[in-house]
Amino acid sequence: MDWINQLNPTAQLVLFSLIKIICVVVVLPTMFAYAVVAERRISAAIQDRIGPNRVGPFGLFQPIADGLKALLKEDFTPAHVRKVYYWLAPAITVIPALLVVAVIPFGSTLGNPNNKMVIADLNVGILYTFGIVSLGVYGIVLAGYAANSKYSFLGGIRSSAQMISYEIAMGMSVVPLFMLVGSLNLSDVISHQSHGPFSWLVFQQPLSFLIFMVAAFAETNRLPFDLPESEQELVGGYNTEYSSMKFAMLFMGEYFNMIAAAAMMVTLFFGGWTLPFFGLDQPASSLGTGLLHIAIFLGKVVMFIVFIIWVRWMLPRFRYDQLMDLGWRRFVPLALANILVTAAVMWLRA
Amino acid sequence: MQDALFYLFAALTVLCGFLVVANPFSRNPVTSAMFLALTIVSLAGLFTLLHAYFLAAVQILVYAGAVMVLFLFVIMLLDVKEEGRRKIKLFGLITGSASVAAIFGIFFKIFVLTTPTLGAGLPPPGLEGVTKPLGEALFTQYFLPFEILSVLLLVAMVGVILLSKKDLR
Repeated sequence: MDWINQLNPTAQLVLFSLIKIICVVVVLPTMFAYAVVAERRISAAIQDRIGPNRVGPFGLFQPIADGLKALLKEDFTPAHVRKVYYWLAPAITVIPALLVVAVIPFGSTLGNPNNKMVIADLNVGILYTFGIVSLGVYGIVLAGYAANSKYSFLGGIRSSAQMISYEIAMGMSVVPLFMLVGSLNLSDVISHQSHGPFSWLVFQQPLSFLIFMVAAFAETNRLPFDLPESEQELVGGYNTEYSSMKFAMLFMGEYFNMIAAAAMMVTLFFGGWTLPFFGLDQPASSLGTGLLHIAIFLGKVVMFIVFIIWVRWMLPRFRYDQLMDLGWRRFVPLALANILVTAAVMWLRA
Repeated sequence: MQDALFYLFAALTVLCGFLVVANPFSRNPVTSAMFLALTIVSLAGLFTLLHAYFLAAVQILVYAGAVMVLFLFVIMLLDVKEEGRRKIKLFGLITGSASVAAIFGIFFKIFVLTTPTLGAGLPPPGLEGVTKPLGEALFTQYFLPFEILSVLLLVAMVGVILLSKKDLR
C-alpha cells in the first residue's frame, strides 16, 4: 500500500473518490434488484400468495431473470411519440436519483480519519439534495409528454403538480433540524446525533419526521400517493407507452429514488451510521469498525425500504383532491408552525 | 482544470441561452423550456466554480427545480402549439437593438475605458459554502431591501389568489 501514500493529496482524493463512486454505483443497482424481489415477496406474503420462488434458492436469482427479460424484449418505439424526449426521459429519471447519494455519509471512516466515507462532504449538503431531487420530476414529466398519449400525459401532469407541492412541505419540515444542528452539512447532522439514544433527531423533532416521511412517499410516487401511475385510471401513467429496457429504467429511477429517500431519512432522523451503544457512535479507528458502520447504515436503509414496501400493500390510494389538501392545507402550515415553535423554544432555553 | 470547466460552463450557458430563443431545429415551446433549464444548470456550475455553493444549490433548487417545472406544467396544460415564424417588427427591432447597444456600452466602459482591476483590492469572498454570512448580510446590511422584496412577493401572491377566484363577493 506504499504507492498510495506516495501520491500527492489531489491524486489520493481523486483515487478514493473514484473508488467510492464505483462502490456506490455497484451497490445501488444491487439494492434495486433485491428491493424488487423483496417487494414481490412481501406483497405475496401480505396477500397470502407465494410469490416468485422458482429461480434459484428462495427465488433469489429472480433479478437476473427479470433483467434479462428487460434487456432481450423488443424495444418498441410507437409511431406517435416525440422521439428525442422519448429517448431522453428514462435517462433523465435515473441520473438525479444516482446523484443524490453523493452527499450522504454512508459510513464514518476506514481507519484513516482524513478519508470520510462520503463522496462529497458539501457544506450545503441538504440543499444540494433538495436541488437534485427537484430535478427528478423532469424525467417523469418528459416521459408523459414524449409518449404523446392521453394517459401518459395525465400521469406526467399529475406528477409535476404533486412533486412541486410536496417539495415545499418537505423542504420546510427539515428547517428545525438544521436550526438544532447549526449546519447544513450532513456529516455534522450525524455527529449531532451521536450523544446517546435520545440525541437522534427523530426523538427531538417527531413532527418533522412525520412530515418528511409522508412527503418522501409523495416525492417518490409510492402508494398511498402513486397518482402519476394509478393503474385503474391511467393504465400505467407516464410509463404506459414504454417497453423493454426503457421501461426498466423508469422503474429503476423510481426504486433509486426510494432508496435515496430511505437513506435521507436514516441520515437526518435516525443517526446515520451510528448506534448509541458499544461506542459505535464515534468515527471508526480501525478497518473492522469502519465496515461495521457501513453495515449499520445499510441495515437501517434496508429497514426503511421494507417499511416503504409494507406501506404500499397496506394503504389504499389517496384521491387527488385529498392529496393536494393534505400537502397545502395541512403540512405546509404544520411545518411553518413547527419552525416557529422550535425557534421559540430554542430562544427561551438560550 | 478550473479554467477548462469555466469555459465549458460559460459556452454551455451562452449556447443554451441562444437555443432558448432561436432554435433552428425546433420551434417547440417545451424544447425552449428545457434549454432554459439547461442554461440555469450551467449557471449553477459557474457559481460553483466561484465557490458560491449556496447560490449554486439555490439556483438549481428554485429555478431549475421549481420555476421551470411550473413553466413546463403551464405549457403542457395550455397545450401551446409550435410557434410559427414571426415577422420582425419595427418596435421589437428598436427596443432590442437599444438594449444590446446599452449592454455593449457597459462592457466597453468596464473593459476598455477603465483598467481591469475588478476585485483586486477586495477581501476574499465571505460566502464560500457557508450560509451563515449570507444570512447575517440579509438580516443586517440588506434588511430593508430584503423585507421589501418579501412584501412584493406577498402582494403578487395575494393578487394571484384574487384573480383566480371565480366569484368576487
